[in-house]
Amino acid sequence: MSLDIRYPIGWMFSLFGVILTAFGLFGDQRIYARSLGVNINLEAGVGLFIFGIVMLLLAWRGSAKSKAQAKPDAKA
Amino acid sequence: MNLTAIDWVIMFLYFVFVLGIGVFLKRFMKTSTDFFLAGRSLPAWVCGIAFMAANLGAVEVIGMGASGAKYGIATSHFYWIGAIPAMVFVGIFMMPFYYGSRARSVPEFLRLRFDEKTRALNAISFAVMTIFSSGISMYAMAKLIQVLHILDVPLAKMGLPVSWSFHLSIFISALIVLGYVFLGGLTSAIYNEVLQFFLIVAGFLPLVFLGLKNVGGWSGLKTQLPSAFTHSWQGMTNANNNPLGVEWFGLVMGLGFTLSFGYWCTNFLVVQRAMAAGSMTDARRTPLIAAVPKMFFPALVILPGMIALALPTPQQAVTVNGVVQMQTAPNAGKGLIPLKIDVATGKPAVDREGKPVLDYDLAIPNMLLHYFPTGILGLGLTALLASFMSGMAGNVTAFNTVWTYDIYQSYIHKGGSDKHYLHMGQFATIFGVLFSIGAAYTAARFNNLMDFLQLVFAFVNAPLFATFLLGMFWKRSTGHGAFTGLLCGTTAAALHHGLSLPHGDLVGIKGGWIAVLHNYPSEMAQNFWTAIWAFFVCFVVTVVVSFVTKPRDEKELVGLVYSLTDKPSEEHLSWYQRPVYLGGVVLVLALVLNIIFR
Repeated sequence: MSLDIRYPIGWMFSLFGVILTAFGLFGDQRIYARSLGVNINLEAGVGLFIFGIVMLLLAWRGSAKSKAQAKPDAKA
Repeated sequence: MNLTAIDWVIMFLYFVFVLGIGVFLKRFMKTSTDFFLAGRSLPAWVCGIAFMAANLGAVEVIGMGASGAKYGIATSHFYWIGAIPAMVFVGIFMMPFYYGSRARSVPEFLRLRFDEKTRALNAISFAVMTIFSSGISMYAMAKLIQVLHILDVPLAKMGLPVSWSFHLSIFISALIVLGYVFLGGLTSAIYNEVLQFFLIVAGFLPLVFLGLKNVGGWSGLKTQLPSAFTHSWQGMTNANNNPLGVEWFGLVMGLGFTLSFGYWCTNFLVVQRAMAAGSMTDARRTPLIAAVPKMFFPALVILPGMIALALPTPQQAVTVNGVVQMQTAPNAGKGLIPLKIDVATGKPAVDREGKPVLDYDLAIPNMLLHYFPTGILGLGLTALLASFMSGMAGNVTAFNTVWTYDIYQSYIHKGGSDKHYLHMGQFATIFGVLFSIGAAYTAARFNNLMDFLQLVFAFVNAPLFATFLLGMFWKRSTGHGAFTGLLCGTTAAALHHGLSLPHGDLVGIKGGWIAVLHNYPSEMAQNFWTAIWAFFVCFVVTVVVSFVTKPRDEKELVGLVYSLTDKPSEEHLSWYQRPVYLGGVVLVLALVLNIIFR
């Protein structure tokens, strides 16, 4: 297909991950009273970032593969 | 509600991605197949996630959380009994006909298998239904935004009255949905459903994590809730002994068979997602892949509702005789679930026995507000908004396809160029969204009308599966049989509803409007039995009428009926890629879940 959905997923979630992680690290720590003392922004942010990067890696691997397959076809 | 800049940034970024996908896909929308069926080229996992997420509108997410708080883990039956078996069935047995016949929609399949009038009946009722579903989704979202005061601060900053919140929510959501469906068609809708799926997981997983931590895990939750709330099959031998008010036979036959097969196997909204797959095997795998996350979703949507009920009710300090005491706040409800407030009087609503009613629909939103600090709160709310919007978009894409192929091309303008129908599809997207807005405002003004319409839709849908089952597996069934069967099935559903009443309800919209011959222990039991009656009446009438009418030539039915169609060859696939084995694995997993949480 024209657009591999893993790219937008990967970009969006790694972006969200960076934002939440940064906010969790440098933001006001008092707000975590409501989340039982857990810095949920940091934890979720790191998780989202890893997920986003994995999606991007899969998408890159996928497009490299389809390019490798497309070339011999084009010659034939 | 205290949203800060970071929450708005997350929400805004999501909208940028959503519309960005639409803009990017615009250039690939060259034929009507690209627009309506995503060019039949998407990978199975994408279609699978969309197949599941199309049904995961926020009405569903909020509703499942509400039911979790109301009925406990028994709500999982809507997943483990009410979805998984039907998803396996549609993947293994029905997809070969939907995909193999090259029908472009479910009504078109009915045209190929039966006749024009059966298609017309299905197409028209379906088109009307999608508009109203999309409108209801829009209305529910605007209402929630209003209740949670999400837009109050920005509105105040712009100097606009707070009462505009409702209109602004509807306007913005309609514009975004219109934007991405108009630009990228079904592909755009499916891609956004996939985004929404991951967003819901990302937003709800931390919520469940915090909630469980707070109540002391699953074992802690068990000690704080009645035993029937944490055992899904407890008391199912008798309708009066379990929170659902249904006995096991009604549950399995009504929910597990007629309602669930009727929805997952014949509703074009979900079937369209599988038709977008790139090959027959992928189309068959789509519902099976969807079944895996579906099975585990109760943990994300039902569990928070149960936790909301188990948490201590908020207290406030009150001075009594000069001594400060902690007391349950007035109108506090139970756990995090507030009392339902009557819109007309502004006082807590009471049921017929004078007991206050809880506003279960606020279970999930209140959980988000309770645990989430700013930052992740933005993510959680974005997930909710995303699922509202994809609930609309799913209906809009199903509508524009059925409108263009089954109504416009069939009855209004035959023989146009493909380009013409592509443009009609884009145009249909615009007026589909406009009609949805109309439906949303109708829902806001006439609540009873909406209840009534949903009841009518339930009557129309109830017998559908009998028609498809006979059509696909009995070559003798005829168009006249199918059409009469459908009409009689719908009539039977209406009659059954008119003759029965749930315990403790008033005669009227809840039933008994002809005469009360039978009382059900709960509304759910009544719904299930309505569906069972509709199914059997439709089945029997279709069979009888088919025997007295002329069957079609067998040659015309190749690819449409099981006994006359070659089985798809899957010898070249390894076992775990074959739909039959995949389906088996899914069923075993669902069984294991039922045993664990029995």
